[in-house]
Parts: sequence; structure tokens; C-alpha cells
Amino acid sequence: MKRLVSRATGFVCLALWTAGAATAGTLDTVRERGHLKCGINTGLVGFAAPDDKGVWRGFDVDFCRAVAAALFGDAGKVKYTNLTGKTRFTALRSREVDLLSRNTTWTFSRDVDLQLSFAGVNYYDGQGFMIPKNLGVKSAHELNGASVCIQTGTTTELNLADYFRTHKMTYKAVPIETASEALTNYLAGRCDVYTTDASGLAAIRAATDKPDAHMVLPEIISKEPLGPVVRQGDDQWADTVRWTLNALIAAEEFDITSANVKKLAAASNAPEIRRLLGSDELQGRAALGLAPDWAVNVIGQVGNFGEIFERNLGKDTPLGLARGLNAQWKNGGLLYAPPFR
Amino acid sequence: MTDAPLQPHRISFWRDEKLRAAGLQVLVVLAFFAVITWLIGNVAANFAALDKTFGFSFLWKLPAGYDINQTLIAYTNQNTHLLAALVGLINTALVAAVGIVLATILGFAIGVLRLSNNWVVSRLAYGYVEFTRNTPVLLLILLCHGIIINTLPHPRQALEFGGSVFLSNRGFYVPAPIFEPAFWIVAVAFAAGIAATAGLYRRARRIQSKTGRRPRVFVPGFAIICALTAVAYVAAGDPVAFDRPALRGFNFHGGLTLIPEFVALTGALAIYTSGFIAENVRSGIQAVDRGQTDAARALGLPQRRTMKLVILPQAMRVIVPPLTSSYLDLMKNSSLAIAIGYMDLVATLGGITLTQTGREMEAMLLVMLIYLAISLSMAGVMNIYNARTRLVER
Repeated sequence: MKRLVSRATGFVCLALWTAGAATAGTLDTVRERGHLKCGINTGLVGFAAPDDKGVWRGFDVDFCRAVAAALFGDAGKVKYTNLTGKTRFTALRSREVDLLSRNTTWTFSRDVDLQLSFAGVNYYDGQGFMIPKNLGVKSAHELNGASVCIQTGTTTELNLADYFRTHKMTYKAVPIETASEALTNYLAGRCDVYTTDASGLAAIRAATDKPDAHMVLPEIISKEPLGPVVRQGDDQWADTVRWTLNALIAAEEFDITSANVKKLAAASNAPEIRRLLGSDELQGRAALGLAPDWAVNVIGQVGNFGEIFERNLGKDTPLGLARGLNAQWKNGGLLYAPPFR
Repeated sequence: MTDAPLQPHRISFWRDEKLRAAGLQVLVVLAFFAVITWLIGNVAANFAALDKTFGFSFLWKLPAGYDINQTLIAYTNQNTHLLAALVGLINTALVAAVGIVLATILGFAIGVLRLSNNWVVSRLAYGYVEFTRNTPVLLLILLCHGIIINTLPHPRQALEFGGSVFLSNRGFYVPAPIFEPAFWIVAVAFAAGIAATAGLYRRARRIQSKTGRRPRVFVPGFAIICALTAVAYVAAGDPVAFDRPALRGFNFHGGLTLIPEFVALTGALAIYTSGFIAENVRSGIQAVDRGQTDAARALGLPQRRTMKLVILPQAMRVIVPPLTSSYLDLMKNSSLAIAIGYMDLVATLGGITLTQTGREMEAMLLVMLIYLAISLSMAGVMNIYNARTRLVER
């Protein structure tokens, strides 16, 4: 009898405690925990892939490190969870990860129906098709009846269905779960075409033995704005992530790099640089609990947006992607950070 | 002199065995319901905290938006998620049905071969059983799929047989029969042939019980069926046309297509389960008393007739209950289809629909309930057979 009563009390306490924990803000939870839990891809070259020592590197990984540097002053205080297209939103919504940095497209239904918040766009992409050159196909309009490898549970799957339907073409779907499965099926000839975001195509192409034997067709059939995702209803946390991204973009706009950030923090006279780097007070910074040199830590340890791009996706990497839409607004691109004032 | 009658001995209620047993059972039931209530309450509280709603209306309100590679019913990407789930369910049922038939045939054959007097044959069967039982089924599925897509050629260099059957790593293509309206004559003739054979069979049993001699049934029955069907076919004027597969552009169009995912999944599941069924069959046969074989041989029955008329019917009583488990296993293992891209129930409802709509709890509950319903009905059907073959004792 005693054990039953004590166990029942234990259950009630546990229920109350979990309910209570569910309403605490993510920012406070992460601060208390001392490290950031970040959801990344299972393996996509350039965005999140292990190097030969098993350390995860990539464009999305660097963004996780930037947020950790902003919160803790140490870009290494991150624990990564690899998520597939199927598990990513469940993991985020059930608090298994705090931040999802996994080349996720910002769409209406994800924002509204799935109750997520997109903290900005860090890569403007579009969906394309990759096909072996020896098939002799020059345009996506010639793809009627083709077998197409497609990742399930993504926006690319829905776009593919829409595109073929509106152009009155048919295709045979070959569903796959991960990018590595796609490569296996594509190279074995199970499918003629592989479709995903153009950056993903570049990554897959770089992973083949003969990248020049494959071509990306000229048609880009959708807009795919990729960005970091957090849970809805947690505005303080969303602000922290959003303004970390804005800091990376603004730093490139003001020519602040990891090499000169400390010098500029000490010696710059430009008002916005002084507010960003903490030499002058930035109204609201303390409300988020950020240290005055938060941006110095971010840029010093991870670099500005341009450095992150060049390191992971730029012309010296196997992907060799051009900045294109991902250039600063002054250079004709879409990157435009709101002012730090 | 007798003693005074003893007073009834009063003991405390927790020392009374019957009361104690009853009390414990009540406590266990209460505890079980307490756990269930806590689980449901926890889920409800977390849902409320995360602002999630629970409802199944997404199944028939939202368009699915995705295409499925194998659809046995009419389906487009503008249909609802409910129809996509139904397509997935039919795909699961197809794999389960074909897999069960193949596994049973293979399993029974290997099981009987395992008991063969030929040393090589029985060792080979033993090796087969050990290999299939000791490898994880997912590995077998991936292996079969890998073999098919890597060794078979591209459609443009497809292997062809007789100009109408093609093998490539995108699928196996056979001509599809198109039945014209006059085909009903042939169907009726075929049914009449079957009925005539059944009549021949009954007549043979009657003659055997009267005179002891059994007239042949198989050859005359087969001949009647073939003759009737052929005559009806000619009389109806060749009512079957064939839609032949042809290579146009990237792929073959027309005809019946067996996608490599279906072949790999069904083949791997059949091979895996046949190992277990073979062991069940072997144990069933060996469970029949040796005296039965001796008596049958003493009566002059040859080896094959002994196996068919004496041993196997008695062995079935031991074989069928674990056979049910193997069938259920096969049906549930078919949910690994997503590993190779075959769109079964788990891949459509529990995969793409779950991801695109974000309703994990509803989708997973529905998938589990459907699998439970299928399993219970399969087990129920097998239990009818069990009840009929049970040993009736006085």
C-alpha cells in the first residue's frame, strides 16, 4: 500500500514537473544546460558531413557553431543530432533539438501548420535536375517518362509532382531516404534523373567518380529559401537565432572578418560596427542575456557569412558554387541584414 | 468420548490466501490503469503545451501532393492522404500475400529435403536454413535490391525473351492481357471444367470405397479443363489481346511491370521466412511417431503415399501454430519496405504523410491499429484451422 501511494505521488510529481519544464523558454534552458543541441543532416557534402577525423563540418554546422559562440563565447559547445527528412520536424517540436540547421525550405505550411518559426534565410536555393550527359537530354521539358530519384518528405517531392503535372508529363518515382541512397541508385542507373536543391545536386555531383559525366539541367523549377528553424511561440529564442544570422550577414557587409574583428572592436569609429561589436551599447542586447562581445566571438571563431560560404561551398571546395543570389544586396544578391540599432 | 467441536479459527485478512490473491489482483489492475491514465495524460499535457491538436481530418481534407511508384488502384497526386494510405495498404497486402505463398512453398520443400536420405541434399538444406535464420532480414532485403539494380542492365540494353518479356534494373516487363467482353465464355468454360474435375474426384472416391480400386482423376480432369477452355477460346474468336511493353524514350511503357523494389522485398522476405517454416515443417514431421511410418510401410504403402496420406496430415497439427507466427512475421517485416523505396503502408501513411502534415501521433496510431487488425484477422483465420484439427478426446 505504501509503495503504491509513493509511486502514485511520484507519477503526479513527474507529470507536473514535465508540464512545468515544457513552458520554460528555450533560451534559459540552453543557457542552463551549457551547450546547444543542434539538428543537422545525416550527411550532405558542404552542408553537414564528417571530415576524415570524424568532426562534423559544413555550412549548416557552422551556423550552429555561430549560435553557440553567441551564447557561450565558445563555438565548440554544440551537440549535433543527425536527422533525416522524416525525423527533423518531430525532433525539433518534441524538444530533442533546440535549433534545426538542416537545409530546410521555408514554406507556408511548415510555418503555419507545423508550428515552426524560420529565423531567416541563410541560403537562397532552387530545385534542379541532374542527369548523366550520355543520355543526351538538354532540357527538363524532355524528361517525359523518366525515372526520377526523389527524397521523400521534402518540398522537392511536391514540386516535382506539380511540375510534371502542369507540363503534362509523367515520370516514375524512385523514393529514397537520404542523399547517399540517392547516389547509389543514380549511379547504378536505377533512375535517370536526380532532383533536389541545386546545392544538393552540386554536393552529389562532387561525390561521384567523374563529376564531368553529369550535368545539371538549366531549369530551376522552384524557390527554395533554406534557413534555420526553431519552435513557434518562443520569441526570445527565435530573436537570438535570427540576429546571430543577421550579425554574420552584416559583418560581411561591413568587411569585418575573423582576422580583423578584434582590431575593429578596439579601434573602429563607424557607429554600426561599434554597436555590433560591443564598443557602444546595443539597446536590448542585455535583455537577451548576450555578452557585449557576443558578435566578436561569433565572427572571430566562425567568420562572417562570406568566409563561411567560401570555406564550405565556395570555388575552392568540391562544390564550387557561385554566390549568385547569396551575394550581398550591394552586389546584386538577396542578403540584406536589418540594421543593428 | 469425542471432543467439543473446534471454534472456527479467525485469521487476519492478509493471511487468508484467497483474499490475498484477490486483493493483489485488484491492486495490479488498478496500477495498470493508473499507468495508462498517466501515459494518456502526459501525452495530452505535452500536446497542450506544444499547441498541437489531435484529429484525423487531415486525412480527407488535404491533398497528398506526392506520387507513388506502384499503385494498384487509380491514384494521382491530387487525391487525399486517405487514398494514398489505401494505396500503401494494398501494396503491403500484395507483398504479404505473394510472400506468404512463396515462403510456404519454399519452406515446405526445404523442410522435407532436410530429412532426405541423400547426405548432400540434406546438408545443403541445412546450410540454407542456417543462413536465412541467422541474417537480419533488412540485410537480406538490401542485398537482394542491390543485386537486382546493379547486375541487371539499363533499359536501353534490357535482356529480352521472346520479344515480349524484358528484364532491366528498372523492372521486369511482361505483356498485359486485355480481356474483351467475349472472354466470359472462356471463363465459364474454365469453371465448368473445374466442376467436372470435382465430379470426377467424388466419383473416384465412391468407386474406391466400393471396390478398392481408384480410377485416375488427375490426367482426365486436366484434359477436360484444357479441352473445354480451348474450345471456348476458339469459339469466342480469340478474345484476349496483349499489351506488349515497348521501349519509348527513357523507359518501357505498356504491359505489366514488376518494379525491382517489389521483387527484391518479396523475394528477400520469402527467403528469410522460408528458413523458419522449413524448421517448423521438419519438427512437425519428426513429431509424428515412427510407428506410423512403420505401420504404413507394413501395409504396403510406398514412401511418397506414406508421406502424403499418413505423415503430413498428422504433422500439420504441429506445423500450423508456429506457421501462423511466421506468416505474421512476414507481414510485419514488410514494413522494412521503406529501406529500398517500396511504397507500403508505413512508407505512405507513416512516412511521407507523417512528414508533410506533421501529425506523427495520429499517423503512427493509425498505422499500428491497421497492422493490429490485419494480424488479428490472419491469426483468427489460422485458428479456425487449428480448432478443426484439434485432437478430440473423450
